[in-house]
Amino acid sequence: MNVLAMDTSNEILGVAVVKDGETAGELITNIKKNHSVRLMPAIDQLMKETAMTPSDLDRIVVAKGPGSYTGVRIGLTTAKSMGWALNIPVVGVSSLEVLAYQGMFFDGYICPFFDARRGLVYTGLYNQEMQLVKAETNLLMIDWLEELKASDKPVLFLSPEIESHQEAIEEIMNDKAVIPPKTLHVPRPSALALAGKDKEAGPLHALVPNYLRMVEAEAKWLEQQGKK
Amino acid sequence: MITDNYILAIETSCDETAAAIVKNGRELVANVVASQIESHKRFGGVVPEIASRHHIEQITIILEETLSQAGMQLDDMDAIAVTEGPGLVGALLVGVNTAKSLAFAKDKPLVGVHHIAGHIYANRLEKEFEFPLLSLVVSGGHTELILMKNHGSFEVIGETRDDAAGEAYDKVARTLKLPYPGGPHIDRLAQEGEETIDFPRAWLEEGSYDFSFSGLKSAVINKLHNAKQKGETLEEKNVAASFQASVVDVLSTKTYQAARKHNVKQVIVAGGVAANQGLRAALKRKFEGEDIELLIPPLKLCTDNAAMIAAAGAVAYQQGHRAGWDLNADPSLSLERYAKRSLK
Ligand SMILES: [Zn+2]
Repeated sequence: MNVLAMDTSNEILGVAVVKDGETAGELITNIKKNHSVRLMPAIDQLMKETAMTPSDLDRIVVAKGPGSYTGVRIGLTTAKSMGWALNIPVVGVSSLEVLAYQGMFFDGYICPFFDARRGLVYTGLYNQEMQLVKAETNLLMIDWLEELKASDKPVLFLSPEIESHQEAIEEIMNDKAVIPPKTLHVPRPSALALAGKDKEAGPLHALVPNYLRMVEAEAKWLEQQGKK
Repeated sequence: MITDNYILAIETSCDETAAAIVKNGRELVANVVASQIESHKRFGGVVPEIASRHHIEQITIILEETLSQAGMQLDDMDAIAVTEGPGLVGALLVGVNTAKSLAFAKDKPLVGVHHIAGHIYANRLEKEFEFPLLSLVVSGGHTELILMKNHGSFEVIGETRDDAAGEAYDKVARTLKLPYPGGPHIDRLAQEGEETIDFPRAWLEEGSYDFSFSGLKSAVINKLHNAKQKGETLEEKNVAASFQASVVDVLSTKTYQAARKHNVKQVIVAGGVAANQGLRAALKRKFEGEDIELLIPPLKLCTDNAAMIAAAGAVAYQQGHRAGWDLNADPSLSLERYAKRSLK
């Protein structure tokens, strides 16, 4: 089975081609440049180098968020319409789960997170089997840490934005927090392919981003409706 | 031997998710538009993030419907065209990335199209162009006079210095507390009312084909406020008729003058405001008995759609324009910069 995986949900751009469970090629950049301009050239390059044509693909796996709304949509739009054109299944995997794979061998809980500005984070809690033990959520990092500090096992923190939250993590979690070196905080598209390899692809038209947040205008509108 | 060509186009620059197939640049084969207007109504205007979210929900459904309406396959297409700008960046991105993916998956040429070029080319689905031609583009975001000497060449000879005509309509409609979108409501009221108030007309300096509607907009709003403070009631329909008379007078007069000056063979009206009955009637009067042909597209081709993008894309495709995999959405793409883009 040939899998094309793509992740543009945050600042890191990742594309992987996995053939029968083996990584044939993987491309990762962490350079804060426009995903819309760079994603398709990256796919094109990697497909050529791995001697693949679009019709060789059996499945597409895409990181569906949370993350930057625009970033998530670029990846998901690409995966969805390419899958539709090729008539192959497209699987969306949580961007947090992809990042959690970086802690696969950690004996404890894994907490991947993305910065969501103003002290907020998108996060969730995974166990070593990559099962979600605390649902994905969007909340203040300090509230989340208060929730995690009672954990019965150590917690591994993973995030491309780890530096801006490291102090709070260490202060609240004490010795329960484990923070690996910076290079390990980059989600890998080959892990995305692995995560989506056996997941069931739902109906393609229904594949939408996992925003984890309502549009502000809509939230306000709903609030006003409630007051009426 | 000349063979037929089929262009599949995608348009997502604002609040309509649209796809269409056009044969040989002139024949409409399939045309599907999903409007989000109901969703944005509650906010009194388009919320960009919500528009983008709807586009990604709708896009493959719309594409599927388009192919089934045409009874064709993606493989039957000669090229994929898409609106690259101007418009809402997040909304444009859904269309651009969809088009790239289809073109990549099926190894088809990719063509980027300017949204306004599309509005102009909507008319070619009705009637073949004769050059030179002048196009009056009026919509929520645009009020422009564009001179075309050939296919694919666009020269902006007049544009708005402040608000677009459509914007002025929206703001006046809001002041009159008419539901969103206000343009059609003003047009309807104006048909019932009479021009009882002499609102200003911004002619600007001699020989200029530029427009300005912010002064008119303020005059209408002030008039309504003053009347309210004095406890007077102005007839809504007469306010609408007087406002519309001013807009239509300036638009039709400047269009006529520019058409005469440049000796054009055709005058084309394009964009959402081309659906306005008052404007249609005024232009018809101006060009009555003249040797200049006036083309006004049917209503369904005035509002945003992808058939117009396919029509413009067909010309760009035949002229050899090709976009690369790095094609991006450009929210402020100018028509002149677009026309000067290099052949790839
Ligand atoms: Zn338009």
